Amino acid sequence: MSLVVELFLEFALLAFVAFGGATALLPEMHRVVVENHHWLDDTTFTHLYAIAQAAPGPNVLVVTLIGWEIAGLAGAISATLAMCLPMSILIYLLIDRWESFAGRRWQKAISLGVAPLAVGLVFSGATLIAQAAGFGWAAWLLVGLTVLANLRMKVHPLWFIGVGAVLGLLGFV
Amino acid sequence: MAKACRLTPSPPSFAWKIEPETILTQVVTEPQSRPDLRALFLGFSSVGLSGFGGVLPFARRMLVEERGWMTAEEFNAQLGLCQFLPGPNVINLAVVVGKRYHGVAGAIVAPLGLLAGPFVIVLLLGLLYDHWGSLPLAQSMLRGIAAVGVGLLFAMAWRMGMALKDKPAFLPFAVLTVAAIAWLRWPMPVVMIAGLLLSGGVAYWRLGRR
Repeated sequence: MSLVVELFLEFALLAFVAFGGATALLPEMHRVVVENHHWLDDTTFTHLYAIAQAAPGPNVLVVTLIGWEIAGLAGAISATLAMCLPMSILIYLLIDRWESFAGRRWQKAISLGVAPLAVGLVFSGATLIAQAAGFGWAAWLLVGLTVLANLRMKVHPLWFIGVGAVLGLLGFV
Repeated sequence: MAKACRLTPSPPSFAWKIEPETILTQVVTEPQSRPDLRALFLGFSSVGLSGFGGVLPFARRMLVEERGWMTAEEFNAQLGLCQFLPGPNVINLAVVVGKRYHGVAGAIVAPLGLLAGPFVIVLLLGLLYDHWGSLPLAQSMLRGIAAVGVGLLFAMAWRMGMALKDKPAFLPFAVLTVAAIAWLRWPMPVVMIAGLLLSGGVAYWRLGRR
């Protein structure tokens, strides 16, 4: 099976469980791409995550970048389509009927039930990136300060990225 | 007895994925114009290029406040399904808006507009990375950004967790998810199906009790 097709199938499967968007998928993408297929190594994976953080656009573009690194332009297109297409088709078919099942007990139950899972996924993503990057104490300090600053102050995320880049360049992290 | 009242489940909200300000700044405006395909593409392009780490608030501003393609009520109603289904919410939203004005063609053009600009930028960055990424300086810069990115993720998880503050019964499911995904490294599809059955089951039961 060609790499591009394989990439498409792996990511299309993930699209069906991407509750919480592409951010919630980080741990699973790491598992599939680094641990199972060895398409990328730990360091490259964390670098791609960092690049996607520094770029504008929807969070899903980290998928594009991973596809690019694995199989070039065809990989970037295939991974992005795989991530977006299944739910796009489903939502196209369902949106006119949404009113008829919005607010039903099962629909509310799924929405409520999925929320804590998404929290766990985002938290797991953070720990896995830290693990893959092999953070030392200085990096963890920066992580902690970022959490505090982000929760306490209303600052544009791009400032954080800039500060992280500069501290990294200066060799502090 | 005041405590007993607090224990009753609060009305479920689908808003846990939206930034709080998105909900608070509801302005009721009448939809004025019917965009053509070009306007759809350009409108969503502006959204895609304006946001870092999530563009949903920008999509709302463009659709409701700037262009008046939807009223605030319509936006909230349609966002419901976009957030209910898995996948990138904002892409789902672009499909919905595109379909509303131009059927299949619109449903293709709107998400394309959203993704085209950022797609090119991200690939250019990818090219730069392929050429210069192995330099020690680039590596240490990316390391710094990754550390900050991890901090932003933890902060995001914290905020999403705080949204569950009045539903403490669901917190164990967040912990179980971390154990299964980060520690045991179980495949996510399995974890999500099991998690949804358990956590959704509890939610279903609690909804019936009220």
